[in-house]
Amino acid sequence: MAEAGVDQSHGHQLDPATEYSSSKLGMWLFLGTEILLFGGLFAAYAIFHAKYPEMFFEQHLELNRTMGAINTCVLIFSSLTMAMGVSAIKWGRQKTAATLILITIVCGIVFGVVKYFEYSAKFEHHIYPDTSIFFSLYFLMTGLHMIHVFVGLGILAVLYVLTLKGKFNAKYNTPIELGGLYWHLVDLIWIYLFPLLYLVG
Amino acid sequence: MASHSHSDKHEHITTYKTYFIVWAVLMVLTVITVYVSYVDFGVLNIVIAMGVASIKAAAVALFFMHLKFEDSITWGFALFPLGLLFLLILMTFVDMTTRVVVP
Repeated sequence: MAEAGVDQSHGHQLDPATEYSSSKLGMWLFLGTEILLFGGLFAAYAIFHAKYPEMFFEQHLELNRTMGAINTCVLIFSSLTMAMGVSAIKWGRQKTAATLILITIVCGIVFGVVKYFEYSAKFEHHIYPDTSIFFSLYFLMTGLHMIHVFVGLGILAVLYVLTLKGKFNAKYNTPIELGGLYWHLVDLIWIYLFPLLYLVG
Repeated sequence: MASHSHSDKHEHITTYKTYFIVWAVLMVLTVITVYVSYVDFGVLNIVIAMGVASIKAAAVALFFMHLKFEDSITWGFALFPLGLLFLLILMTFVDMTTRVVVP
């Protein structure tokens, strides 16, 4: 049992440095598939926007720019705290890292709450995914993004608990870094969704 | 960066200060993009919006996601999907604009 902490690498025959860099590479590969998943929708958006520019312009005015802008700020701030959390754990500051991850989680929840109010307002105005091709894309793109926020929140919650338990330190923190990469991707996609849907339409 | 012996793990840890600067830049760009959207520049509006979004995305990828400090194979993995996405959108547009619409 004493050796369990040293040799948990069962099948893995890699030294820690190689394991770290290949984990990160694998994560980037996964992020590539995510970009292409959303990419299909971005392509659909581009095509229909080119086909019906007036309709897109008119209907995008229905969206609440203020709420969209608030959510953009919330998500960018959460990316900041996540990035700081990764640095904190690399410096060995476990408590700081845990707190920063917790702030990131709170921001993610705030994002979800704002989005909930936005969707509710749309439904109250009888705007649904089948209202038009614009709103079909709006609900699909922001909905798929929202699912990613929820998945990200789940990952962050696990990382938060494990960080509190002291599973990560200056030497071993790969999961926090990979979870961070995922969270930043969610932010990155929103950076495109916000102007496309709320601002230019 | 000259030597690539597997033992040296020259890991870069970004300072809080750098992150705050990147965050401030992102916020300024967000304000700019919202402000510009209220002014009518015609076709330029979408060009500006996408340009600003791409600068923001680059800042997030380079600093928050540490791409700036990654090796060339990671860069390849990050950029390759963007190339595919470009092809997808380009070819669909070529199809759409050259297609003879049958009523």
